[in-house]
Formats: sequence, C-alpha cells, structure tokens
Amino acid sequence: MTSRRRFLALISGALAAGEVAAQLDPNIQALRAAALEAAIRRVTGGKPVRAGKVKLEVPPLVDNGNTVPLSVSVESPMTSAEHVKAIHVLTEKNPQPYVISAYLGPRAGRAGIATRARIADSGRVIAIARLSDGSFWSDTVSVVVTLSACLEDGLI
Amino acid sequence: MARVVINAPKSAKRGEVIEIKTLAGHAMETGFRRTQTGELIPRDIITQLVCTYNGIEVFRAELHPAMAANPLIAFSTLATESGTLEFKWTGDNGYAVTQSASITVV
Repeated sequence: MTSRRRFLALISGALAAGEVAAQLDPNIQALRAAALEAAIRRVTGGKPVRAGKVKLEVPPLVDNGNTVPLSVSVESPMTSAEHVKAIHVLTEKNPQPYVISAYLGPRAGRAGIATRARIADSGRVIAIARLSDGSFWSDTVSVVVTLSACLEDGLI
Repeated sequence: MARVVINAPKSAKRGEVIEIKTLAGHAMETGFRRTQTGELIPRDIITQLVCTYNGIEVFRAELHPAMAANPLIAFSTLATESGTLEFKWTGDNGYAVTQSASITVV
C-alpha cells in the first residue's frame, strides 16, 4: 500500500525532476554542441581532424540506447614507425560527450576496438584516431535511437 | 561480487594477432539518473582497464559513464612470447579487480 505521505513524496520528486528538465531545455542543444566541441579540442589539442582512415561501425537504428554495440577500426600498418596511438569515441547528445578513450601501440597488431555504449538520443557518434605521426582522423555516424538511455530522468 | 570474464586464446603462433575480449560485471551507474523521489543516484563506474603482457602495457582504456553496463571491451595484441596477460580494472568507490590469463606461444 502506498501511504499518503509516500505518495506526496513521490509526487514532489517527480515535479522537481520535471522542473530541472524545464530549466535545461532552452539552451540544451547549444550546450551539448559546445561540450562536444570542447571534448574534441581536448582530445586533439586543437589540431585539425580530417575525415577518413577511420571506420566506425554502429547500427544506424538503435532500439535500445542502453547497450549500443560499436566498433572502430583504423587503416594502419601498426608498425613501430607508423601506428595508431589512441582511439576516442564521442557522442553528441549524451550529458557528457566522452564514451571511451583507448590507448594502443604497435603491439596491438591491428588497430581496432569493439565495445558497447549508452546513447541518450538520436545524433552523431564520432570516432577520432590519433596516429603516431601526430595527425588526427575521424569518422562520424548518425544514429537514430528509439529507446533512449537515461530515459527515467527526463534530462535526455 | 566483482565478476570479470576474459576471452583470450590459450595458445597462438608467434607474431599472430590475437583477439581479446573482456567483460566486467558492473552496473556502471552514470550519476545522471534519479530515484523516484528525485534524488540523484551517485556515480559509480569503472574508469580504467589496463592490460599488460608479461609486465609490459599493451592496452589501456579510459571509460566514461556513457559505457553500457557490464562493460565489454574487445581489442587485439601480437602474440610475442609465452607468458601472462594481466588485466586490471579500476573504478569509483575503490573498485579494483585483477585477472590474468596465460598464453602459450609456439
């Protein structure tokens, strides 16, 4: 049985959560875009990022944003002279853009990782690779998410 | 109880690229979710996985709240010599788990 006291506590909690969402709404898109830009800058140190060499595989239509399989592979011979140093995965619509940063070297043999991410909303997913010569390459995939991760809190 | 699973070949040819899959049982609480009464649930995630091959680091990953629960990470490494692959997960609230797998290189 839900007591009256408990019921009131639940209602006030739900209202509070609703208010937070309402406060965030107007600027949320701009804030998320700025956060993504800042994250890319932090990853690359302000160096230019070129499209290519990296292949990010994410299903284009995601049923459940709580576990999204993704894999990143990079064209590289993986020798000590020329290899991939790091692979970063970022998302556009999550509360924080970072998903994973993987650091590898010539001993990886093959430049690729696979993992599972949470994605809050339909938007871009970006993989950035740092090569041993200091250049940055990226691949961007737009995904559509039908059931969002972090749905409960309404913050998207 | 912290439970981790590693899938790596028991033996490999020298110079062969081996695929390693790791899975750690962890809720990866994001710190963005709220309880029914509107209180934030504090963040509790695994923040790092380090893989060493006979003591030399071959792979490292930094994880963020946007990793799915029970984080699965698959990567590869060159089979250079027989020995042990050691995996170390560390995270919030003192989470630390170490697991190793032995490999025979022929």
